[in-house]
Formats: sequence, structure tokens, C-alpha cells
Amino acid sequence: MSDLTKLTLKAALAGLKARDFSSVDITKAHIEAIEQARGLNAYVLETPDHALAMAAESDARLARGEGGALEGAPLGIKDLFCTEGVRSTAASKILGNFVPAYESTVTSQLWRDGAVMLGKLNLDEFAMGSSNETSAFGPVINPWRRSGSDAALTPGGSSGGSAAATAADLCLAATATDTGGSIRQPASFTGTVGIKPTYGRCSRWGIIAFASSLDQAGPIAKTVEDAAIMLRSMSGHDVKDSTSLPVEVPDFASYVGKSVKGLRIGVPKEYRVPGMPAEIEKLWADGIAWLKDAGCEIVEVSLPHTKYALPAYYIVAPAEASSNLARYDGMRYGLRAGGPSLTDVYEESRAQGFGEEVKRRILIGTYVLSAGYYDAYYLKAQKVRRRIADDFDQAWQTCDALLTPTAPSAAFALGEQSDDPIAMYLNDIFTVTTNLAGLPGLSLPAGRDAQGLPLGLQLIGRALDEGTLFSLAGALEKAAGFTAKADRWW
Amino acid sequence: MAIDAATVRKVARLARIREPEERLEPLAQELNTIISWIEQLEEVDTDGVEPMTSVVAVALPLRDDVVTEGGDTSRILSNAPKSADGFFIVPKVVE
Repeated sequence: MSDLTKLTLKAALAGLKARDFSSVDITKAHIEAIEQARGLNAYVLETPDHALAMAAESDARLARGEGGALEGAPLGIKDLFCTEGVRSTAASKILGNFVPAYESTVTSQLWRDGAVMLGKLNLDEFAMGSSNETSAFGPVINPWRRSGSDAALTPGGSSGGSAAATAADLCLAATATDTGGSIRQPASFTGTVGIKPTYGRCSRWGIIAFASSLDQAGPIAKTVEDAAIMLRSMSGHDVKDSTSLPVEVPDFASYVGKSVKGLRIGVPKEYRVPGMPAEIEKLWADGIAWLKDAGCEIVEVSLPHTKYALPAYYIVAPAEASSNLARYDGMRYGLRAGGPSLTDVYEESRAQGFGEEVKRRILIGTYVLSAGYYDAYYLKAQKVRRRIADDFDQAWQTCDALLTPTAPSAAFALGEQSDDPIAMYLNDIFTVTTNLAGLPGLSLPAGRDAQGLPLGLQLIGRALDEGTLFSLAGALEKAAGFTAKADRWW
Repeated sequence: MAIDAATVRKVARLARIREPEERLEPLAQELNTIISWIEQLEEVDTDGVEPMTSVVAVALPLRDDVVTEGGDTSRILSNAPKSADGFFIVPKVVE
């Protein structure tokens, strides 16, 4: 039965509905696969009993001819989503054994639609990182290796567990979040599909906050259509999140396979960065040619403020993080250390509970918000952010979507970039602009480098126009014919 | 606007994170590297540009000012490091 884990979400849902196999069958197959893959460190908490109970309930509903859009499908949940009665940590020591008394809106919608939870997935601490190395549980290992090498590679971050688990068939699909590229860069590094929808599409309620004006949930999946199926269940207005958009949720999957003829695709010249590997240049050129073949018109566009996106991000995100993470004070939940005075407890709990990268960002955030510097840094960054959003508005005058590489490299080895924060930050150079502007961005696997590692292409769309992205991604997926899977070594 | 060890000490205090004395100088260097990289933003002409405070152009919704939930003392305290009689126990604040 272990080949049930190889199914796409779409095929699994069809098989479950036709009762070719039960939800308990496919859930058991995944539980077994997870047990055998502990070396990847993708799950920080396995919940097999919980999963089998949910699967049995799904089977009962399916037997009655009932069931929702994801009925019986086993999924992985990034450990940034609060799950009622199930430990939720953000991969931080400061949350300790925090067991939420509530369920995040996004996950509650997945359970509403019949999905089964296999467990909680590893991530960079508080989603701050691009390699999964800041996790208090240790890094996730990418199922992909360079050909002829057994060096451990990063699956990317922060949603490294979500990407690795999906790539290694340890779930049919996974939830993820993206603040500067945390869905799309790991998707690119693992040969999976990930979409960060328009800011406000998915409720942030119950997702442990990093930078509230940038955080957005989205799926990582095996195919474009699977990502579309997942996103539909994850999306929707929520009164508990005041930035959640009161708009209809389209049937995103219906856009996959639609003709893209006549669509104008912008190619931003500023994304041709110095030092970009030739293989990524070629992949980009392939993507352009594929869309041209599919009937798209290619136009060169300019996004002149692109190079300022990362510096602006590294003001806005740490500033918001320093404010959001002020709640971890050792009083009401999580780690409490030190004493006897209140200040000692605050300072010692936070010193012991937060990892180095999280502390670094809290310090930067506190500095840029501190008296005397607010205008010079935070206000300036918010103005630059407006410039970046205006660049996109200009581009939409002449094109309907943008095509770019997802990341400036393939997956790198663990430890390779961890000494240089800025080199690490540059991983998000192509993805961070959409977070600042609130736009949807999708990454799909489109080729491999000379060492056999997957490489992703990114599509960026207008606000709330995920449908066009799914149509274009469907066309690219078909043309690229990317079917490779990591050789199983774990 | 270079950051020195004294600035790090002050910022760490504001952020309520204890940093040992020997970490202040290395942290100052790290933060300086990042801040000087960030300072390239000065090149951008932002005269007359409205700061972006929200990516979504919608008015903030209002709800009725009524109690919608409550009475969940035991759930709220379920993760407390220390609690007793329906209260959080915290270090003494007032002398």
C-alpha cells in the first residue's frame, strides 16, 4: 500500500471518493513513510493516533456518500499554525510545550473540508530564515542530493519541513507561510509547487505572527492543480483577522489547463542579477520560450526599485517582529527562566528562549523603532515600499503577469551560508518584492541544474489574480514536464 | 550612525533580552554590517511619497463592542508556567 503516498492530492481525492482505498489506508501509508524518513527531520511532531481517528471519521463520511473538498486526504501542517490540543512551537524554545486552546482559521477550514492531520512540520524559528538552520529542532534535510554526493542540503526556509515532506511523499500536501519567500524558495529547492496568495486571501488568525503586514499562508504541493485545490480550502474571509479580504474564493483549480493565449508576460530586467548561475538564466529563457509557444506575448518591463526591496524588508520585518515577539515574556505561557525580579525573568526567559537569528532581528527591529531613528529607518522603508508597489502598478499597464526565477541558486549545503546573514538574506531577492507589495507569487519546478537539483520559476500576478497564475503555471508545468523525484536514500 | 557596544546594551535592554557583556562588541559589528547594508535606502528619492501602511486598500472593519467570548479561565491558564486559584503567578512587581 506504500505507493499510495506517491499519488497527487487530486488523484488521491478521486481514489478516496471512488472508494478504491480508504482514508485509513492512505493515512497509514503516510504514517509508515514518515517513520522511515525521520532522518529528514521534516516533522517536529507526529500525530498518528490523531490522524487515524480523523481518517476513520472521513471514511464514515465517504461511506455515506458525504465529504468535503479534501475528504480523507492526509496533510502536513507547518508548526507555525496553532492546532487545538496539539503542541505548537514555531520551532522555538520559548514556546516550549505550548498547547493551543484554539485552532487557526486556515487549519480549521482544512478540517472542515475533511482533511487529516499527520503532524506538525519543522521550520526556521518563528519563520525567520532561508535554510531551516535556525530551528530549535535542528535543520530539515532536503530529500534531494547533488548527483554523486551525499552532502546534506538545505530544503530552504522557512517552510523547509513543508517542502521536504511534500517532496519526499510524507504528506499529500502541506500548509506553509511566506513573509519574504518562505513558501516559494523551499518549493524551488525541493521540486515542489508553492503559492503565496494575495495578502488578505488567507486569514492570519491563529498563525504565530512574524511580520504581520507581510505574513501570508499558502500551500506547498506536488502539482499546480494540487496547490490550487489546497488554496481554495485555505482561503476565505475571516472576521477574526481585520486584514482578511471580504472577497469570494474562486475555484482556483478550474483555472489550471485554461488557455493562456494572448496573455502578456512581463520579464523584469532588474531580476538579471550579477553572479546568477547560467543554468538559472537558461531556465528563465526556457520559461519565456514555453509561454511564447503557448501563445503569450513577452514584454520587457522595468521594476526600478527592485534592489531596494531586501533592505526595506530588513527594516519592516524586524520592526514588526520585535513588536510581535514582545508577547513572549515568560508570564502566561512558554519558557520562564531567571529571577527573582520581574525584569530578570523577562530578560533571562527571552535570552534562553530565543535563538541567535531571532534575537538579531529583534535587536535590529528595536533599534530601527527606537527614539530618534524611526523616521530615518522605518518611515523611510515604508516609503520605499510604496515605490516598490508603484513599480508593479506601472508594470501592470503593459503586462498581465511577470515571470522570474524563484531563487538565485539551487539548494545549498547546510552550513554553507550560515556565517553571513546578508548572504542568507539574498536568497529572497526575487521573492520579497511581492510580500512588500502584497501580490500573489507562485513557484513551480521547471528544470534541474547540472548536479541534478531542481530549479524553480516564479510567476507574479496582480492582486487577487491567482487564477491567471494558475493558468500560466499549468501551461509551464506541461511544457517543462518536470516529473523527477529525489532518489530515496533516507 | 555606527552602533557601538553601549548602543547594543541599550537596545537589548529595551528588547528585554539579556546579552552577556562579551557579546556586545560582536553584536555591534554584526548589526553595523546589516544596518550599513540597509542604509542604501538613502539613495531612493522618497520626497512626497506617502508611507505604505497597508497593502490592502480597504477601510478597517469595525465590529460591535460586545463580549463574544469569555469565562474560559482554565483554558487561558492551561499553558501558564505558574498559576493558582484562577490567576497567573508572576514575580513580585510592587515593592
